[in-house]
Amino acid sequence: MTAEPVTTASTAKRREPERGESLWRGAFRRLSRRPVAIAGAVIVFLFLLVALLAPLLAPYEPASTEWTELSTPYWVQGHSPDHPLGIDRWGSDMLTQLIYGARQSLIIGVVATAIGLVAGAALGALAGAFGGWVDMIVMRFVDIMLSVPSLLLAISIAAIMGKSSMALMIAIGVGQVPIFARLLRGSMLGQNEADYVLAANALGLRKRTIVMGHVLPNSLGPTIVQATLNLATAIIEVAALSYLGLGEGDPAVAEWGRMIVSAQDRFEIAPWLAFYPGICIAVTALGFTLLGESLREALDPKQRR
Amino acid sequence: MSEKKPPLLEVDDLSVTFSQRGRDPVEAVSEVSFTIGEGENVGIVGESGSGKSVTSMALMGLLPERGVTVGGSARYQGKDLLRMSRRELNRIRGTEIAMVFQDPMSSLNPVVTIGTQISEVIKRHNRVTSKQAADRSAELLDRVGIPDPRRRLSEYPHQLSGGIRQRVLIAIALACEPKLLIADEPTTALDVTIQAQILTQLRELVADFGTSLIMITHDLGVVAGLCDEVHVMYAGRIVESADRRPLFAQPRHPYTGGLLQSVPRLDSPRDEPLEPIPGSPTDTLPWSEGCAFQPRCSNAVDQCLQQTPRLEPDDGRLLRCFNPLEGGGRDR
Repeated sequence: MTAEPVTTASTAKRREPERGESLWRGAFRRLSRRPVAIAGAVIVFLFLLVALLAPLLAPYEPASTEWTELSTPYWVQGHSPDHPLGIDRWGSDMLTQLIYGARQSLIIGVVATAIGLVAGAALGALAGAFGGWVDMIVMRFVDIMLSVPSLLLAISIAAIMGKSSMALMIAIGVGQVPIFARLLRGSMLGQNEADYVLAANALGLRKRTIVMGHVLPNSLGPTIVQATLNLATAIIEVAALSYLGLGEGDPAVAEWGRMIVSAQDRFEIAPWLAFYPGICIAVTALGFTLLGESLREALDPKQRR
Repeated sequence: MSEKKPPLLEVDDLSVTFSQRGRDPVEAVSEVSFTIGEGENVGIVGESGSGKSVTSMALMGLLPERGVTVGGSARYQGKDLLRMSRRELNRIRGTEIAMVFQDPMSSLNPVVTIGTQISEVIKRHNRVTSKQAADRSAELLDRVGIPDPRRRLSEYPHQLSGGIRQRVLIAIALACEPKLLIADEPTTALDVTIQAQILTQLRELVADFGTSLIMITHDLGVVAGLCDEVHVMYAGRIVESADRRPLFAQPRHPYTGGLLQSVPRLDSPRDEPLEPIPGSPTDTLPWSEGCAFQPRCSNAVDQCLQQTPRLEPDDGRLLRCFNPLEGGGRDR
C-alpha cells in the first residue's frame, strides 16, 4: 500500500486490507465498528443461541403440567427459587416456556421470511431482468397480492390449512412477497442505467452474463437488508397471529404470542405472565431491526466511513 | 481523405433523433459522415452537447430503443452497424469494435474484482480456460502500464485510483484486440499529469495492436498529439473536417477558431488573455433555417440567419460556413 503513489491521505490513514476487499467484507468491517450494530448482533446472537440450545438451557421439560396447583384463577405463584419467572396458567415453568418459545419464533420467522425472500426475489428478478411485458405482468400480479390485506390473507390460509405452524409461515411469507419483488425489481432497473452495464453492453457480453454477473449482485444489497428487517416484522406477526388464535394448534408447543393470550385472564393477579413474553418479542424484534438498519448504512456507498 | 486503403468504418449521413411524447423531437445528431481507415486515428471535437457522445453510442448500438430514431448508415467492413440485430452486434462489440468510457469511477462494476471483469470479456469472445484468461488479463494490465498486475487482479474497483481504473478500462477494451476503438473523453475525469501519460500509452497501444481509434473529446490538445484527421462538431453537425496540421495551422470555421483561441498556447504572449467563445451551445436560432452557430459567431453575416450552410469541400477540407475565417484566400 505504501508503494502506491496515488493513495490519498484519508485512505492511507485507515488500515486497509492487503488483498482485494469485496463490498460485503467491507460492510462487515464497517459493521464491526458500530456500537448499534454490535448491540443488534449480540441480541440476535443470544436469541439464536437460546433457540438452538433450548433443551440444554431450559430448567424443566416443556409443557409439563406438574405445578397446576400453583396456578389457580385466584392465585398464581410468582417468582421463586424453583421457578425464577413463576408458573404460567397451565402450570408449567414460565422460563422453560419462554426458552422454547424462542425456538418457535425463530423457526416460523426465518422460514416465513425465506418464503417471502425466495418467491419475491424470483418475481422481482424476472421483472427486472426482462422488463417490457414480462415486467408488466409480474408487477400487476404483485399489485394484486398487495391489495389483499395481509391479516385477511393469513386468516384465509389458516382457514384452508387448519391451525398449524406451516399455515402461519406461508401466511406471513406470502405477505412479504410483494415487498421483496418490488424492491429487487426497482434496484435492478436502477442498475440497468449504470455506466458499467452500458460498458458491459459495449463489450458484447451476453445478456445473461450482464444480468447474473453485474446487475443482480449490485441489486441484492437492499433486498438482504430488507430481509433482516422483515425477520423482526415476521416475529411480531407470528405473535400477533398466534394471539388471534391462528397459530400452532397444539397447546403443548410454547409460543410467545399465545403465552400473552393465556396470560390475559390472570392479568390482574399476575401481570408478569404477559409482561415476559411481551419483552421477549420486543427485544428480539429490536435486535433484528438494529442489525438490519446498521447493515443498510454499512452497505450504502454514500455513507462509507 | 484516405484513398489508400478501403475504409474500416464508413459513416454516412448519420442522424439521431430523440422524441418524447408531448414534446417536439430533438435532432441531436444530423448529417454526420466520416470514414476511418485501418490504423487511422480520427478525432471528433466539440463542446458538451454537440452530439459527439451520441454519435459514438449510435455506432455501438447503445442508445435506448424507445424514443430514439437513428438514420443514415454506418458500414463496418461493408456491413451496416445500424441495421444489425442485437445478436450480430454482440458478436462485433468487444471483439471488433470496443469502447472506452468517460468515467472510470462508474464504468467498472463495484462488486466484482478487476480480474473477473477482464477475464469475463476474454472468455466471452475466445475459447480459453479460466487460467489462460487470468494469465492474459495480467498480461494486459502489464501492457497498459499497471504495476504488479497479478495483485491487481484480485482487487476491487474502489481500491484503485482513477488513473489505474481508466487503464483497466483500456485493458478491458483492448482485451480482444479490436480493429476499432472508440474512446469517449477517456481522460476528462483524470488529473492533467495522468492524462498525458494515458494518452501517450493509448497512442502506443493502438499503434502496437494496429487498432484504429476514434477519439471523442472537447479538448483540442488531446487531438493534437494523437489524430490524423479531425472532425469538429457543433449542434449535432460536423462544421469542419480537416487533416490535423492544416486544421491547427489555419482553422477556417469560426467555431474551430474559437476553440483554438480558448486553449492556452506556449508560444502566445504572456499577457494575452484567453478568449472564450461567448454564449453557450444552447443559444440557437428560434427558427429552423440558419446556421446553428450564428448567435455566438463573430463572423456572422445576414445569410447565416436565412439559410443553413452546407458542408462543402473547400481547399482540401470540408467546411460548413458562409463566411469562413481568412485562410484559403477565397472569401465568400
